[in-house]
Amino acid sequence: MNAEAQITATQAIAQTRLSVPSMRCAGCITKIEKGLSAVPGVIDARVNFTSKRVAVSHGVEVQIPLLVTSLRDLGFEAQPIDDGTVIDEHEESRALLRAMAVAGFAAMNIMLLSVSVWSGATGVIRDMFHWFSALIALPTVLYSGRPFFRSAWSVVRHGRTNMDVPITIGVVLVSGLSLYETITGGAHAYFDGAVMLLFFLLTGRWLDSVMRDRARDGVTALLRQSAPGALVVKPDGQTEWVGARDLAPGMRMLVAAGERLAADGLVEEGRSSFDLSLLTGESQPETVLPGSVVHAGTLNVSAPVTVRVTAAGADTAIADIARIMEEAAQTRSHYVRIADRAARYYAPAVHTLALSAFIGWMIMGAGWHQALMISAAVLIITCPCALGLAVPAAQIVAVGSLMRAGILVKDGSALERLAEADHVLLDKTGTLTLGRPEPVDIGMLDQRQKSVMMALARSSRHPLSQALRRSLEAEGIVAADISELVETPGEGLFAKYDGEVVSLGRADDTDAVTLASRLRIGNEPAIDIHFHDALRPQAAETIAALRKLGLEAAIISGDRAAAVAEVASELGIGARAGLSPKDKLDAITQFSAEGRKVLMVGDGLNDGPALAAGHVSMAPASASDAGQNAADAVWMGDGLMPVAIAIRAARATLRVVKENFVLAIGYNVIAVPLALAGMVTPLIAALAMSGSSIIVVGNALRLRSAAR
Amino acid sequence: MNVVLLLIPIALLLGLAGLAAFLWALRSGQFEDLDGAAMRILEEDEI
Repeated sequence: MNAEAQITATQAIAQTRLSVPSMRCAGCITKIEKGLSAVPGVIDARVNFTSKRVAVSHGVEVQIPLLVTSLRDLGFEAQPIDDGTVIDEHEESRALLRAMAVAGFAAMNIMLLSVSVWSGATGVIRDMFHWFSALIALPTVLYSGRPFFRSAWSVVRHGRTNMDVPITIGVVLVSGLSLYETITGGAHAYFDGAVMLLFFLLTGRWLDSVMRDRARDGVTALLRQSAPGALVVKPDGQTEWVGARDLAPGMRMLVAAGERLAADGLVEEGRSSFDLSLLTGESQPETVLPGSVVHAGTLNVSAPVTVRVTAAGADTAIADIARIMEEAAQTRSHYVRIADRAARYYAPAVHTLALSAFIGWMIMGAGWHQALMISAAVLIITCPCALGLAVPAAQIVAVGSLMRAGILVKDGSALERLAEADHVLLDKTGTLTLGRPEPVDIGMLDQRQKSVMMALARSSRHPLSQALRRSLEAEGIVAADISELVETPGEGLFAKYDGEVVSLGRADDTDAVTLASRLRIGNEPAIDIHFHDALRPQAAETIAALRKLGLEAAIISGDRAAAVAEVASELGIGARAGLSPKDKLDAITQFSAEGRKVLMVGDGLNDGPALAAGHVSMAPASASDAGQNAADAVWMGDGLMPVAIAIRAARATLRVVKENFVLAIGYNVIAVPLALAGMVTPLIAALAMSGSSIIVVGNALRLRSAAR
Repeated sequence: MNVVLLLIPIALLLGLAGLAAFLWALRSGQFEDLDGAAMRILEEDEI
């Protein structure tokens, strides 16, 4: 915001937002802001710690990769955020907060005046206080009530009803009657009730909206963004950064090792290996040569290549999967939230009750004025104040608790659906397993061999080398002094150590199922290191915990049958292998047709349609963008246990929501007869309303430790 | 009676001032980064 004020006409300014998920401390803020401001061309950098983002305003000549590398030099991994997705995403929450602040202010002031009336003000003073209340209340109702009026109108127009209809009728009727009372100098005005009702209900709405924003921020911070652009070689030999949207067939992209492709294409120059795990679930990198076809979203592992774009944007293979996903997600939008399901019964009941109160009192000979007052009191009393708070209050407490446990639930409806799941389907690569190879027999090496291996492995970005480096680093191995290091894509790393040739490369003669690397030192016998895509920690315990919760688990994987069978037998669960994204989707549709509520847990792009189609879905933070976007919840860390924890917390939340409903209904059972009997004064209405709301919120707070 | 006529507008004005201050804070982005604000207080070299 401040940056905009500084903009002068002298220079073209661009704004870039980057997601920096790894900032965790106060020092990081200073480090990032100072560090970025020192980059030539950068005018201002402002960190938003809550959403783990940094907004940079810079001259147009500064290219985005420069900002990313500057941040990497400062020690932070960063990803540019696509601008289209971040424009004012918190606007809804802010509007609700404004309405809530106005309603809160009005409620307090009217209450102050009402207390004087209740303590015995009469005559002129009472009339004057009523007039003051009316002056505050009427504009407030018009302003703060808009979210309810709008929603009520949109459903009534289609001949349906929801919770907002009785709210709207109640508030409008009560305000109108109170105004009439005020004008005619009557004894009771319910302005405080009407405004307080709006205040409580807006609190519920706002909590619900904040919950969604927070989870969305968390997920955007995690997104690893399939390259939002590429370095393009122009005909004159110069290079320029082009955003993914502006890439067109025929352009030549320079793809460095470790970068994701932004478009489909043909390799023109260079040999490298590509990690396709995002597309297929296959963990072995594939070697590419000039002429190979490569797809957007895949990761270039070992060496820079030049790729001629054949399809970009909506024409890529990724976009096809995205389309299937969109169709699959349609089925889920039919889900009706629990509050709305309750409203289906509650709203007509409230309307009937108020109407019969009016008719009843008319028949018994009361004047229309008294009958209207009584039916207004019934509406105010029955208005789902506690009901409106019951669901969001419980859900936001549970979501906060889950968030502290490293599980981001995207919205309240996800939590409700999670509690209903009765079957779990899990992907294998990257979901049940870590999705990265771990060396198994590294222990048989001696110290010298380990340090040579460390020296070789740390200079390559190949996933196997990275895995070796991680394991050796964890053991505290120091790299040996090697020279003349060369990396040959598809073959391995070669260097000189102590005058002897050392190498770390492919082990050709092992069978295709196991991954292996071969270490050679001089003329010593070669050593094969085998790799294994290890199961996530606690995988077996999680399956057991899920079974205890009554959820049967099964694997649906795109990987080879042999690899899947191994995992399935280790965990003792059923499995289907070799499935395409469409097959996975069909498997889920089949379960749904049988009336099962499927929880889909998956990570890859190939799981995307299944994640979107499942009754509810979860993805690990290591998942692809598409996976995280499609999933209802994303969990962090290596363990699998969060799946079971989330289900347990979701069920606890549902329990509390139901308790809250019972509390709210119990309160109505006591208060409604009073209202029907015409015994509810504004004072009783105010007490009953705030009392029930406080009880409901208090009950929801018990969920604070739901995710333990 | 006269006191009341004076005090009520004063009470309302004070309340309105509070509301206006809150709305201003909301609009000027004071609530955008609550965790960050708590952290920034620990920065040393800002004058």
